[in-house]
Amino acid sequence: MTEKKPLKRRSSYFKKNIALYIMLIPGVLVLLANNYLPMGGVLLAFKDYNYAKGFLKSDWIGFDNFKYLFTSNQAFVITRNTFLYNATFIIISVTVALALAIGLNELRNQKLAKLYQSIFFLPYFLSWVVVSYLVFSLLSVDMGAMNNMLMSFGKERINWYTVPRFWPFILVMVNTWKWTGYDSIIYLAAIVGIDKSFFEAAAVDGATRWQQIRYITIPSIMPVVTVLTLLKVGRIFYGDFGLFWNVPKNMGVLYNVTNVIDTYVYRALTQSGDIGMAAASGLYQAILGLILILGANHIVRKIDPDQALI
Amino acid sequence: MESKTLKKEPLKKLSQQSKEGRRAESLENVTKISKKADIVINIIMIILALLCLYPLFLVFSISITDEQLISHAGYQLFPDKLSFRAYSYVLREATDILRAYGVTIFVTVVGSLLSLTIISLYAYPLSRDDFEHRKLFTFLVFFTMLFNAGLVPWYMVYVNVLHLKNSIFAMILPGLFTPLYVLIMRTFFKMSIPNGIIEAAKLDGASEFRIFAQIVLPLAKPALASIGLFNVLYYWNDWYSPLLFITDERLFNLQYMMYRIDRSITYLVSQSNTLGNVSELLANIPSQTARMAMAIIAIGPIIFAYPFFQKYFVAGLTVGSMKG
Repeated sequence: MTEKKPLKRRSSYFKKNIALYIMLIPGVLVLLANNYLPMGGVLLAFKDYNYAKGFLKSDWIGFDNFKYLFTSNQAFVITRNTFLYNATFIIISVTVALALAIGLNELRNQKLAKLYQSIFFLPYFLSWVVVSYLVFSLLSVDMGAMNNMLMSFGKERINWYTVPRFWPFILVMVNTWKWTGYDSIIYLAAIVGIDKSFFEAAAVDGATRWQQIRYITIPSIMPVVTVLTLLKVGRIFYGDFGLFWNVPKNMGVLYNVTNVIDTYVYRALTQSGDIGMAAASGLYQAILGLILILGANHIVRKIDPDQALI
Repeated sequence: MESKTLKKEPLKKLSQQSKEGRRAESLENVTKISKKADIVINIIMIILALLCLYPLFLVFSISITDEQLISHAGYQLFPDKLSFRAYSYVLREATDILRAYGVTIFVTVVGSLLSLTIISLYAYPLSRDDFEHRKLFTFLVFFTMLFNAGLVPWYMVYVNVLHLKNSIFAMILPGLFTPLYVLIMRTFFKMSIPNGIIEAAKLDGASEFRIFAQIVLPLAKPALASIGLFNVLYYWNDWYSPLLFITDERLFNLQYMMYRIDRSITYLVSQSNTLGNVSELLANIPSQTARMAMAIIAIGPIIFAYPFFQKYFVAGLTVGSMKG
C-alpha cells in the first residue's frame, strides 16, 4: 500500500485475482454443505436405505419408493392440501393485502398509515412456535378465548383441535394474519412509486379519486403484482412447514386437512424412519417445484424481463 | 365528490395570485379521497389493527394473570386479578429457560455476524465486472433457488457426513448463506460502489481485502444493516434446526424449549386416559402463566427493537422483491 508497484507482466488471471477467489471460499463451503452435497443425496429416493449398510451400500430398488408413495393415496392428499392451501394464500395476498396497501396509501394522515403498517407487519416477526401459543390461547378447549365467548353466548364449547372441518379456515386465517402486513408493504412500495403527475392529470380531467384508483393505481402496479404472484405460484408445492407443523399441534385426527408434502416428509423421516420413501417424496416435490418455477419464470420474463429470475 | 365542490367554487372572484394557490391546493385535494371516505378507512384500519394485536395482548394478559383465576375463569383479556409470579419464576427459578435464552443469544450473535461476513465476502467478487468467473459463481448461488434436494438428503449430510447431531453449529450453519441475500448484496455493491474508487485504490496499491474492508463495506452499510437484521430475526426465531438436530437439553434454544413444553403438554393431555394421573406429570411443567410469560420474553426484544429497525426491514423487502 505504501510503495507503488509497477504493473507486473500478467502471469495469469487467476494469480492476479487470487484474493477474489479466496473471498469466495467460505461461501462455497457453506453452499457445498447446505446444497450441493445434499443434491447427491437425492439418489436415496432410489434406494432401500438401511442404516447398517449406509448410503453407498444400501440396495438400489429403482422406482419402488415412488410406486409405494403413489399407490398409498397419501401422495394425493398431501399434494392436494399443499396446492389448495397455497392457492388460497396467493388469492388472499392479491386481494386482501393489495386492498390493504391501497387503503394505507389513501389515508390522509400518513403518520397514522405508518402506525397501522407497523402493526400489520408485526406478526411477520414472530416465530411459528410463538404463533402456535397465540392460537392456543384462542382455541384451547377449557380456557381459550373462543370457547369463553361461545359459552357467554350460551353455546357449547368446541374441541377445536379435534374437528378437521374447522382447520382449513383456521390455517387460512392464521396465515393471513401472519403474512398480510408483509405482502402489503411490498405492494405499497410499488404504489408509492407511481408517478404523481398521472393522478393530477386525471384529476384535472375530472376523475374522482375512486376512478383514479380504479384506472391508475391498480393498472400501474399490476406488473409487480403479477410477477410476485407468479413467483409464488412457482413455489406452490412447497408448504410452510412451520405453519402446518406447529399450529395444528401434530394432532393425528387433523392430518387429512393439515398434512402437506413438507410435514409428510418430516414424519416419514423422523417417525416411520422410512428414509427412502421420505427422500422420494422430497424429490417428487423438488421436481414439481423446478418445473413450476421454470414455467413461472418463463412467463415473468415475457411480462418484465428485469423481474425474471433467469 | 371533491371535483364537484371544485366546480362550484366561484373562481372568477378570486384574484389571479390566490387563484394559483387555490389551484394547487385543490389539485392536492382531488388526488385524495374525501374526508368521509378517509374516516371510513381509518375505522376499518383500527378494527384490523386491533384484531391483529388481539392474540398478542391476550397472551400478555394470560402471563400476568393469577394462576388460580385461570383455572376457573379461563383466559381473559382483562384479568380480574394480576400476578407477576410467572415472570419471577421464569427469570429466577427456571435455570433451564435462562440457559435456553443464552443459547439463543449466542447463536443469534455468532450466526448473524458470520453470515454477514460470508455473504458479503461472496457477493463482492460477483459484483465486480472485471471478475471473469462471476457468472459461474452467481449461478452456483442461483441454482439453489431453483432446485432443492429436500429435507432428507440435507438431514443425512448434516448427521452422517458433517456429524452435526447435537452440535451448536447445526443451528448456525443452516442460516449462513441465504441465496436471496447474496443476490441482494451483490446488486447493492454493483449499484452503490463506483468502479472508479476501486480502480483508484488499486492504483494506490491497496490489496483486494483492504479495498473490501475499508472502502466497500463502509459504503454498503444500509444493505449490511438490512441483511444483518434479517439474519438476526432468522436465528432468534429458529426452532427448526434444533427440532432436527438437537436432543441434548443443554443446547435447546428458547424457541425449541417452548416447542418442547407445548408438545409434552399436548401429549400428556391426549394420553390422559392411559397415563392415569396427569396432574402429577403436569406439575413438572411450567404453569400456564409461566409458558405465556416465556412467549412474551421470547418476543419482547423483537417488539421493542422493531420500531427502530423497521425501515431496514422494509428496505430489504422492497429491494428483494424488485431485485434491485
